[in-house]
Amino acid sequence: MFSKDEVIETFEMTHLSGLNIRTVTLGINLLDCIDKDFDIMKNKIHNKMTKKACNLIKEVNDIESRFGIPIVNKRVAVTPISFLLESVVSDLSDKDSIARSIELAKTLNEIAFEIGVDYVGGFSAMVQKGFTKGSKTLIESIPKALSNTERVCSCVNIAATKSGINVDAALKMGEIIKKTAAMTKKRNGMGCTKLSVYANVPPDTPFMPAAHHGIGESEYTINVGISGPGVIRTVVEKNADLDFRSLAEKIKRTSFKITRVGELIGREVANRLNVNFGIVDLSLAPTPTKGESIADIIQMMGIDYCGAPGSTAALALLTDAVKKGGSMATSFVGGMSGAFIPVSEDSGMLKALQVGALSLEKLEAMTAVCSVGLDMIAIPGDTPVETISAIILDAMAIGIMNNKPMGVRLIPVPNKEAGEKVEFGGLLGYSVIMPVSKFGSEKFVKRGGQFPSPISSLTG
Amino acid sequence: MGKERLIIITLGLDRVGIVSGISSTLANHNANIIELTSSEIGGSFVMIMLVDISTSDTSINELQRILVNKGKKIGVQVTVQHEDVFRSMHRI
Repeated sequence: MFSKDEVIETFEMTHLSGLNIRTVTLGINLLDCIDKDFDIMKNKIHNKMTKKACNLIKEVNDIESRFGIPIVNKRVAVTPISFLLESVVSDLSDKDSIARSIELAKTLNEIAFEIGVDYVGGFSAMVQKGFTKGSKTLIESIPKALSNTERVCSCVNIAATKSGINVDAALKMGEIIKKTAAMTKKRNGMGCTKLSVYANVPPDTPFMPAAHHGIGESEYTINVGISGPGVIRTVVEKNADLDFRSLAEKIKRTSFKITRVGELIGREVANRLNVNFGIVDLSLAPTPTKGESIADIIQMMGIDYCGAPGSTAALALLTDAVKKGGSMATSFVGGMSGAFIPVSEDSGMLKALQVGALSLEKLEAMTAVCSVGLDMIAIPGDTPVETISAIILDAMAIGIMNNKPMGVRLIPVPNKEAGEKVEFGGLLGYSVIMPVSKFGSEKFVKRGGQFPSPISSLTG
Repeated sequence: MGKERLIIITLGLDRVGIVSGISSTLANHNANIIELTSSEIGGSFVMIMLVDISTSDTSINELQRILVNKGKKIGVQVTVQHEDVFRSMHRI
């Protein structure tokens, strides 16, 4: 039997501090669906995805109840769709190619509704070193694809430590982000919430919009994203007087316990669906719900508002301790693994932004020590394409120089200016438009070409 | 059938009939109480049970629903979690 303290601790974590599994994501390889005949390919995709994922929701709900641990999202990630497009667009005009890409997005959307998952990830392309016909087509189709679907997520990887940065792609993605916002302007640029630009995107992350079933993965995989900012917050709150060494130790121990639950649930889902268990993504993911804020944890450490001096150090301590504790608790760590600092999904971040403590520049500094990058940041709708591209380039540079995943999810909200409030709803929350530097970088980003990959043996 | 053990936590203001209410419900479903401890935390009555349901015909989800409803009737909060969650967190 367990001691009373152990039982109570678990009870508090699950019932009072909001411990949950943020996502269970089933990865599905679609490479075997490639066919020269477009209709046959769509049918193959539909059949394969629905056959394997038809029981996903039922099994996950059952496991949720069995263990008494909420599993917030159930998702599917597929092979980057640009790979599948290659075979069906090679002989077509650009216009016809884009139409097919949009049709594939709609097919994925219909499948998502049919199997009942929140999102399907993988409407994605890997262009870190250049474009192909398929990847170019997919990128061009993103604005229409995302404005005509609800549950499809897209990620374009434009940089990698081993390849450098595709600057042409950074410029193109600035344009695509603006177009996507414009095509979903009635919903405040909502389409951009399903789109991210990445450096070193992990092939196995279960988190959207980056999730895809990457190259090198097995036929099917279950990946789990754990959460638990509320649990870590409680630990920091209860240990207000500890020095950093002791505080880091407390966070590590808690992260270990949270991750063990993720491992347990991931194995059980994989077992029931008869697929491989992939990884646990050790990421603290906030939600708009009170108490589930990363900013609150940082503030609880002794900082007035997130964004004040010391915030980057606090986030570094937190991320590192979470990784250390978690990595001992699961056989396979993967994905982003760290802490997410999305502005709109974190009530503490929003408060910090409203009082003027948090700026885009400080967030950029903080992304150097966390995992996901500049996430869910609403910016003025009139921000020039080149400025968006330059922000992306800065983020990509941090990613490749530090050999870490780095994403950018910006929402240039049409007809809104800095300081205005904007609502996205649900898990995405609301946001306040963040001011962007008025100084331009047009000539810089328009140089184009390829940023060389960094040398790693002479760091420092 | 393998071991199917649950940790059942009952939480509420102390009053007559809590232990018998929960334990008789378990008995009705052929669930065997292996260990039971109770104490007071912050003015509330807390009862922790380790229960074996290997011989029960009732599924975990169903038993969970029945116990939560029973708890509501007698004015206590009942949570049911599989033992594996506690084992994962506290044992290596």
